[in-house]
This record gives sequence, structure tokens and C-alpha cells, in this order.
Amino acid sequence: MERKIRIMVAKPGLDGHDRGARILARCFRDAGFEVIYTGCHQTPEQIASAAIQEDVDLVGLSCLSGAHKYLFPKVVELLKEQGAQDIAVIGGGIIPEQDFEQLYKAGVKEIFTPGKSLESIVEWIRNNIAVH
Amino acid sequence: MMENRNQSARERPEKEGLDHVELARKIRDGNIRAASRLIRDLEDNVPQAKGTLKHIYPHTGKAHVIGITGSPGAGKSTITDELVSAFREKENKVAVLAVDPSSPFSGGAILGDRIRMQRHAGDPDVFIRSLATRGALGGLSGAVGSSVHILDAMGKDKILIETVGVGQQEVDVINHAHTVIVVLVPGMGDDIQAIKAGIMEVADIFVINKSHREGTRRLQKELLSLLDLKENRSGEWTPPVILVDDVLNKETFNGNIATLCQTIDAHHQHLISTRLLEKKLEKKAIVEIHEVLKSSILGPIIKELQASGEFDNMVSKVMKRQSDPYTLVEDVRSAFIRSQKGGE
Repeated sequence: MERKIRIMVAKPGLDGHDRGARILARCFRDAGFEVIYTGCHQTPEQIASAAIQEDVDLVGLSCLSGAHKYLFPKVVELLKEQGAQDIAVIGGGIIPEQDFEQLYKAGVKEIFTPGKSLESIVEWIRNNIAVH
Repeated sequence: MMENRNQSARERPEKEGLDHVELARKIRDGNIRAASRLIRDLEDNVPQAKGTLKHIYPHTGKAHVIGITGSPGAGKSTITDELVSAFREKENKVAVLAVDPSSPFSGGAILGDRIRMQRHAGDPDVFIRSLATRGALGGLSGAVGSSVHILDAMGKDKILIETVGVGQQEVDVINHAHTVIVVLVPGMGDDIQAIKAGIMEVADIFVINKSHREGTRRLQKELLSLLDLKENRSGEWTPPVILVDDVLNKETFNGNIATLCQTIDAHHQHLISTRLLEKKLEKKAIVEIHEVLKSSILGPIIKELQASGEFDNMVSKVMKRQSDPYTLVEDVRSAFIRSQKGGE
């Protein structure tokens, strides 16, 4: 038996800047995780339903458009509605510090903003995400 | 340590009082969560997962399984995505298993086939699952066979298996698919010569994708002459060659996909009317029994040898030329047979 962490990297909303998401996808692959990348312009509904079909342990949302306060909690909510609250949601991108609290309250597990090292993100996942 | 933490949240039969029968029933009722988790357990080789499969197996054998294979970048995912739409229009329930390679270095993978298919994410009658090869060499993942059974039991009419981008002889898809589509693109020149055996032999339908590009006519000619070389008995299926235009030329492209879809159904009908389907199912049964024999007899023996340190001993004896693999394995075999007889 060999459990492997599965992660979905997704870009919700109207935001085509996916360099960061791609770099992370690549870095997760090199860390030995299986990464499902769904591309840009995804609705929260598409993301939640794909996460369930793919049975991922974690959804990493990247948002650079400023709509994170709506999009991130919406994904958390949809997963919960479908009985998948055990799938963790983390976020990254251009997110002002004053929004962190609200996102944490909404159920987003962690926020990674520019300047965070790739190693520290992988380490966070290894320490906090269990194959569910 | 991670494994201990993991057990708690998961719907394991013994943990939450859900037995295999109940889990199998959930899957047959179309519960996506239960199905995707069982697929995951099979990928991860969780021993209990096979118990649930036993209760799924009797409800399988109804779906038409279609394999889509071809070299990297040929357009497999795009064609798969279009076929999903075409089958949905006929109100077929559809599932896709999309396989991408695992890294030989980290064991990780980027599974990106889904990008082309995300428009179906909201459709409850479309189930798309990405699988990593995890070291399997035939262009598929080891979990494909059992995943097909799960999707079949869920009541899917069409199950599409998209292989990794293949070279010449990753043809495992023929063990699982009833209809195999090989997607080719023009402009690969003489490569067609090199792939006459292997992948070229497994096609039930050829697609020349991106047929607006230069070299299509030549590729088509070469394919047709290749097919001509084969002796054709009457009533036998000759793989049709279907051209699929630039995806941006919406009108012709859609027409081409409709033709492909009809051809797939025609092939299925052919398999049924000539009873070839039965032969394919027989072959699949043989392959499956072989696989399970290997994993449940050979697997535990190797594991035990490794756990007891005997495997390392064997390696060192071979290295020092004190013995040879043939003698050593004969000893293992005799010991195994003795232990089986003693246990009776």
C-alpha cells in the first residue's frame, strides 16, 4: 500500500495569469505529489465537482484578480455542501493581509502570498495534509 | 505516521460500519464520492478495496469501452472531450479515464488532460478521473482495469480511456477497450513506416487529426495502402480513416466528430453482431486472472522474502556467484508449494 497525496491546482474566476500556478504544479510534482491542473477561468462549481471526481486531498486556489474574498469561500462552501469538507482548501496570489482573517474564518486553511518559498509550501503540505 | 492519521476521516468499511456490500451499492447508485475513493484505494493498493470489487463485478459488462491512443500532442484529450459532448447529446452516460505519466524521479505527476474537458465538470452524468501511470509501462495505469469495472457498475454507457502519449508499443489499451481509436497527425513523415507494427495494428479506427495541415493526403495514402496489405476476409472490419479538421473550423470539425461518433457505434454493433465482443471479453478475463494471480500470489511471496531479509541474501549470493537466480527461485517455489500443502 502506498498512499500518494493528490492535489488540485485551480485558477478560479476571470484571471489568466497562471505562471504561479504552473510553477507550483511543477514543484508539487517534484515533491512526489500527483497534481491535477485544470487551467484558467474555472468557476467554483467546476472546481468543487472536479475535486470530488478526482478524490484530491487538497485544492490549491490561485487568484491574482482581487476576487478571492468571494471565490475562495465559495469553493469551501460547495465542497461542504457535497459532503467533501475533508478536502482542504488553501489559497495563494495577490491577497492583502487584512483579508486573511476573513478567509480563515470561511474555512481556507492557509494563504501563501508572493515571497513564500516553494520549499515552505511543500513542507506545509507535508505537515498538514493527510491522505483522507 | 501519516497513514495512521489518514485512516480516521476515510470511509473505510470497518471504520464506519460500511461494509463492502453497502459501498458497492452506493457506487451502483451513482455515488461519485464513493466511486472516486474506491478508485483511489485501488491506485494506492489498499488491500480492503478488492473486497468491494467482488461485489461490483457481477454488475459489470454492460458499458462500451473506447480507447483513445496516439503520440503526445496528437489531440487525444481534445478528441476525447468532443466525444463526451457527442455522446451526451445522445443522452449516453459517459466516463473518462485520462492517464498521464508519473515522473520516474519523484514519483509525482502533473495530470493535465482534464484542462480540455473542464466544460463537462458540471454535468452529473459525466465522470472524469485522471490517473498517473505510477510506473506501469503499457501506456495505462495499473488501476485502469478495475476503474473500468467501477464506472461500468455505476451505469455509464460509454467509458473512454485516454492513454498517455504513446510511442510504438504501449498497447495495453487493447486489453481494456472494445474499440480502439489511434489518433495520428500529419507531418511526421516517414515515422509512419516505423510504427507499422505495434500501435498501428491495434487500431479499429484511425483519426488523422489537424487534417488542415500539410502532409494529410500523404499520411492518408500511406495508411490506406498499409490497410490494403492486409488480407481482408468478407465481413471483416477494416479500420476506417477519419479526417478531423482544425478545431477552429467549427463547422467541418463538428461534422468530422459526428462521423467519428457514428463510426464508433458502428464498430460496437459490428463487435456484437459478429460475436467478436465475446472474444474480447474472454481475452480481458484471461488478462485479469493473470494480473490478480501475479499480484496476490507473487506479490506476497516477494514481500515476505524482502521482510525476512532473504531477498537481500539471494542478491548477494547471485553477486558472489555462489548461486544463480534459477536455483534460488526453484528453492522459493518448492518452499511455497510445501507450505501450501502443509496448510491444507
